[in-house]
Amino acid sequence: MLKARIIPCLDVENGRVVKGVNFLDLVDAGDPVEQARLYDKAGADELCFLDITASSDNRETIFDVVAKTAEECFMPLTVGGGVRSLNDIRKLLLAGSDKVSINTAAVNDPDFVREAAQKFGTQCIVVSIDAKSVGDRFEIFTHGGRTATGIDAVEFARRMVGYGAGEILLTSMDRDGTKIGFNLPLTRAVSDAVSVPVIASGGVGTLDHLVEGITEGHASAVLAASIFHFGTYTIAQAKHHMQAAGIPMRLE
Amino acid sequence: MPSSETIAIIDYGSGNLRSAAKAFERAIRESGSGQRVVVTNDPDQVRRATRIVLPGVGAFGDCLAGLSAIDGIVEALRDAVLDRGRPFLGICVGMQLLASSAQEYGDHTGLDWIAGHVELLRPDDPSLKIPHMGWNTLHMVNQHPIFEGLEDGEHVYFVHSNHLEIQYPQDRIAITNYGGEITAMVGRDNIVGTQFHPEKSQAAGIHLLQNFLTWKP
Repeated sequence: MLKARIIPCLDVENGRVVKGVNFLDLVDAGDPVEQARLYDKAGADELCFLDITASSDNRETIFDVVAKTAEECFMPLTVGGGVRSLNDIRKLLLAGSDKVSINTAAVNDPDFVREAAQKFGTQCIVVSIDAKSVGDRFEIFTHGGRTATGIDAVEFARRMVGYGAGEILLTSMDRDGTKIGFNLPLTRAVSDAVSVPVIASGGVGTLDHLVEGITEGHASAVLAASIFHFGTYTIAQAKHHMQAAGIPMRLE
Repeated sequence: MPSSETIAIIDYGSGNLRSAAKAFERAIRESGSGQRVVVTNDPDQVRRATRIVLPGVGAFGDCLAGLSAIDGIVEALRDAVLDRGRPFLGICVGMQLLASSAQEYGDHTGLDWIAGHVELLRPDDPSLKIPHMGWNTLHMVNQHPIFEGLEDGEHVYFVHSNHLEIQYPQDRIAITNYGGEITAMVGRDNIVGTQFHPEKSQAAGIHLLQNFLTWKP
């Protein structure tokens, strides 16, 4: 039976982890490879790097991080942040990334997703959607949730899948950082509207939130950062909690 | 221990060869089997290799076109695998390419090493997502040395929208379930193939690669 996935996400800036696990036994908490190895051992089902490097001078650093991680970790790796061209995707895949997540570029130029899926296959194209509830509908926001686009998130997700997205990474922007749980109506609306797996993200504060993302949000996977990085919960605790709630999990 | 064996991973422009190469290097290092890994599109190097790996991600037609575009590579593969019995491993679309035929964005003829047909997954539960993506359990249905040390129900990582409908049940050595039974592994003579990605399946995947490295069909 297919299992629900738990995906920890690491923010990487200039080749260094800026938001990651902060355990005493880490020699270098800023080393993405060491963090990745830790999550690999801890039983994470996949790993996600979000490159938040602002300066274009340092954008090459992520390729080195991905290459080094791929040498050490034999688990699926998704990389997002600043993916704007087919060449960006090619370089990330060649470095050892399995999937690439496209966010702003998909909103600005939906055809880019079609080209990317045709070129590299739907299995490696994740479209990342940041959305909030606006009245009784769901709208896409860009620039960290500050800029409204007027685009309906459910319609957009459906369109992206039609263009060849193999997976949707859906962030509840109105919940991000709040620790009050996913926007479940949004998550369910998108999950039920598309044929591909949806990863729920944004707002996780407790293990019950992870459960809700799957059972009520109908997501196939849950992505979380803070609850794992700050050691609030371990991956194993999360998995056992979800399994106890009746969700099939991979427990080693 | 150094070995004169060479593992050739076929490079035909499909997907992430770095992961496959690194996973084999790890498997070799951990088992001390000492083989050398080459990533190659050179037919001569394929002929000289002692073991051959055909990876593959994406669409069947694209992979087939990519492979066929390399002058002499299909002949070299036939020569090494079918005529001289070199151990062969196909991964994901690299396994599907072994089929007789496929239907995905048009009809295609495969290598026809394993009798069967590749077609779109149609789970009997319509709420199941396509691609079949994530960790699913491996169930052995025919005995094979490649399974040594692995338990029934081991988790491995899948990502695919098509599957191989096998013609002869004895060619199917493992299945998984996703709205019905899916061929997870094929095996016949010196040929094995995995629908899942051993190079992405953590310890279980590395173990399976180690078994392939020491397999004497």
